[in-house]
Amino acid sequence: MVPFYKALIISVLTGMVSVVQAQWNNPYPVASAGKNIMYSFFRERPKTLDPARSYSSNEYVFVAQIYEPPFQYNYLKRPYELEPLTAVSVPRPVYLDKQNRQLPANADKEKIAYSVYRVRLKKGIQYQPHPAFAKNDDGTLYYDGINENTLDNIDDIAGFKKRGSRELIASDYIYQIKRLANPSLHSPIYGLMSQYIVGLKDFRTRLLNAKKITDKPDLEKFSLSGVKLIDRYTYEIKIKGKYPQFIFWMAMPFFAPMPPEADKFFSQPGMKEKNITLDWYAVGTGAYMLTVNDPNRKMVLARNPNYHEESYPAQGEKNDQQAGLLKDAGKLLPLIDRIEFSLEKESIPNWNKFMQGYYDLSGISAEAFDQAVQFSSGGDTEVTDDMKDRGIKLSTSVATSVYYFGFNMLDPVVGGTSERARKLRQAISIAIDFEEFISIFRNGRGLAAQGPIPPGIFGAADGQKGLNKYVYDWVNGKNKRKNILAAKKLLAEAGYPDGVDKKNGKKLLLHYDTSGTSPEEKSKLDWIRKQFRKLNIELVIRSTDYNRFQEKMRKGTAQMYMWGWNADYPDPENFLFLLYGPNKKVGLNGENASNYDNPAFNRLFEKMKDIENSPQRLSLINRMLEILRRDAPWSWGFFPKDFTLQHAWVKNKKSNLMANNTLKYLRLDPVLREIKREEWNQPVVWPILVFILLLIASIIPAVLVYRKHERQAAL
Amino acid sequence: MIAYIIRRLLYAIPILIGINLLTFTLFFMVNSPDDMARVHLGVKRVTTEAIEAWKTDRGYDKPLLYNYKESGIKSFSNTIFFQHTVRLFVLDFGRADDGRDIGRDIRQRMWPSLAIAVPTFIVGILLNITFAMLLAFFRGTYVDVWGVVLSVAMMSISIMFYIILGQLIMSKLWHLLPISGYDSGLRALKFLILPVIIGVVSGIGAGSRLYRTFYLEEINKDYVRTARAKGLSSLQVLFKHVLRNAMVPILTGVVAIIPLLFMGSLVMESFFGIPGLGSYTIDAINQQDFAIVRAMVFLGSILYIFGLVLTDISYTLVDPRVRLE
Repeated sequence: MVPFYKALIISVLTGMVSVVQAQWNNPYPVASAGKNIMYSFFRERPKTLDPARSYSSNEYVFVAQIYEPPFQYNYLKRPYELEPLTAVSVPRPVYLDKQNRQLPANADKEKIAYSVYRVRLKKGIQYQPHPAFAKNDDGTLYYDGINENTLDNIDDIAGFKKRGSRELIASDYIYQIKRLANPSLHSPIYGLMSQYIVGLKDFRTRLLNAKKITDKPDLEKFSLSGVKLIDRYTYEIKIKGKYPQFIFWMAMPFFAPMPPEADKFFSQPGMKEKNITLDWYAVGTGAYMLTVNDPNRKMVLARNPNYHEESYPAQGEKNDQQAGLLKDAGKLLPLIDRIEFSLEKESIPNWNKFMQGYYDLSGISAEAFDQAVQFSSGGDTEVTDDMKDRGIKLSTSVATSVYYFGFNMLDPVVGGTSERARKLRQAISIAIDFEEFISIFRNGRGLAAQGPIPPGIFGAADGQKGLNKYVYDWVNGKNKRKNILAAKKLLAEAGYPDGVDKKNGKKLLLHYDTSGTSPEEKSKLDWIRKQFRKLNIELVIRSTDYNRFQEKMRKGTAQMYMWGWNADYPDPENFLFLLYGPNKKVGLNGENASNYDNPAFNRLFEKMKDIENSPQRLSLINRMLEILRRDAPWSWGFFPKDFTLQHAWVKNKKSNLMANNTLKYLRLDPVLREIKREEWNQPVVWPILVFILLLIASIIPAVLVYRKHERQAAL
Repeated sequence: MIAYIIRRLLYAIPILIGINLLTFTLFFMVNSPDDMARVHLGVKRVTTEAIEAWKTDRGYDKPLLYNYKESGIKSFSNTIFFQHTVRLFVLDFGRADDGRDIGRDIRQRMWPSLAIAVPTFIVGILLNITFAMLLAFFRGTYVDVWGVVLSVAMMSISIMFYIILGQLIMSKLWHLLPISGYDSGLRALKFLILPVIIGVVSGIGAGSRLYRTFYLEEINKDYVRTARAKGLSSLQVLFKHVLRNAMVPILTGVVAIIPLLFMGSLVMESFFGIPGLGSYTIDAINQQDFAIVRAMVFLGSILYIFGLVLTDISYTLVDPRVRLE
């Protein structure tokens, strides 16, 4: 047996060695070295992790790993494809007429009064361990009936020591749908869903009435006519009419299950005062569970020990095999044990930590772009040699988003459907050189748009087929922005030769409304002004804060503006609806910020939105795009490109812009990471020694001078 | 002295009401309750009904300062200003617009702020005093001249420069310290060294130059000559006599800011990812969370008033001639 003092010496020495060996600038504890932990960051604290309310990408990073809607997007396949997650299969809707009689799948839209989605869940799926499920021996909930006094020594969810779990059942999904209508929660999709889910509006009215009597009415006691529990594992949602996009909504966290026990657990007295609420402590069946939730500093997702059987996909796109993305096919998910997110507000420390190997993935800030990316002779983007030496890889993808330059169609000068206004808008669309914008302000990270639908979404065409002929020419197999002379010609035809209004002989003066006031924005505004100067048009910039800007947009007092849209789901309807008349911003508070309202376009939209992807749908979309390009309510702007850098030890990374629950597919090589961190972060100690020597060297003459001064005789 | 302190504390009440009114007016001049609701609910698919419901839930559906629909006292009390302000006077900060308890967040976040501010403050003061004394001792020599030049140069440089340079040298080039982050307990130490060093270094220029002036004012007085004539060494004269007499002006600046150390540093906390009260305030302004902004301004005002009272009291300690009446 080793004597105590020897064991002590050995352990102290081992500790010292480990400290010495560790990188001095390592922000993580020594004990975490070599573990299967992924390190990431978040820029701002999420506002809520409640799936009924959460609607931001920075919240979905957490929410989507924890909560599981019945369906998800296949990780590898493109175009994006839905697959079952907790459901047995992706259901096809059953159509009913007004008398609730079943119609054939190809029934006319006009005859369809209702669509019914029946979801059957997989059996045996368990929730993560959570105190809300903890039970007494008699089967009652352990933490039911707690109050402020019970919570004296509890500061967060970790303080509740007893935990339990239970099986996922269909009524949990129903409970969550009811929560969407709960007036206290302000779910952002209630407005939209109340137009579709049968009885949701009535359900909310009854809840509002009940709230006059009790502050927290029990949702389980209120029935929702459009949602039916068929059996323990099956539920049905009945929606009004035909709405094929509804299935995409069901793949979002809004439709994830919420166990009523959890809602009740967090609603108990004293919990809110301790910030222990559903907003901050998620309860799900997902691959990960939130074990540390300090939104001011750190969030930690740990592997859910109860996670149901799910394997890494065995099929993907053509090149996925070659890219090594199918090596883990069939392996049980998740592949990483723990994911630690640190709050990192500034881009400089963020970038440096990535370069030191302390973050596994990174975007690229404008400042770091030249250090990270270079353009090859063929114009392709690739990482710089320094990055290549470090084994860093770059993946790029065009986002399912659009940033557009819009005209207010209600404006008397740039708006309206007259030939004059149309030609003016077309001229401006040619003059605003978005290729140059992308090159200057986005380091080439974007694609000039030919219409509102981004690549990868049904209806977006490549090459000449997808060309906006009003702005571009097809030259030598490439699209080329029309010459500025073409724009000037259109401007003259519109009644503004050389930018002068023929009617009054005055120079044309237009207004651009923006919320940008920062120095960086200033250069963008100068650039926009320069684009108008090409047409000899005077542009007045009206900068204001974002609140006032939104107000102007709501009131329709802006003339021209720039805005953006991130897709909710991969369907052209989700982009084309931004120009649908009944979705106008002014008066109707919709998302059509340009207030574009063309009856021909509206009719086509109504036909297109309800049919499945097919040649017929494509033909409708092409007709709609032609109308839009001709009318030019937007000057189309650009589709941003996402650039992500990954270290050599990160495997299986593939951009999937629709799926948010992708962390479970990633794999790490922690040993390689440790070797590289050690190599890249050797402390440089000599400056400390030099500093000490300099200090001593400066003290000695000071002491000598002092002593001389003290010995000096007074004069 | 007790009567003096009570009187000062009573003066604080109208000052705090005034500050609250000013904060309220400034905030609602640039934000309306509708704006706040939109920021909180997001920009996508927000309905007018949702905005109204959000405002009702948080009491922002009332008039701002005066309620014409009510009569008597209710025309003042049934307003956003009254209902969101009166609780502050019993230090009930209420809830943030995202539902979190502000008092709890403040209690949690003040420790990281103090963890940086206190060592920066103490080390900074000691270093500034020492450096200023050194300059005063070598007054008129090249050491003094170059010391002052260096001080002016150092105080002219932005804090951002110190931070970026510090992170670049200490972490990126020499790999000596983590570039940013924070941890709980003793593990926080390694994250504090760099911000503390930067905080101290960035303050040396202004502090030393100011204190040097105080010392020079004292050093030419008769009592210094008398002390030297008595045979005391220069160090004894400087530390025992000059420092003591120079303490009154030093305390004026120093003691008043002690309570404000709780409030944290806006820039430093943001760059180093420190979850303190400085970044809490900045986040609240960005998110247009009036409840937090109001609470932090109120807390800052209280601490500042407390600091001024503390300064007055400290005068009596360092200068027995001062009496608070």
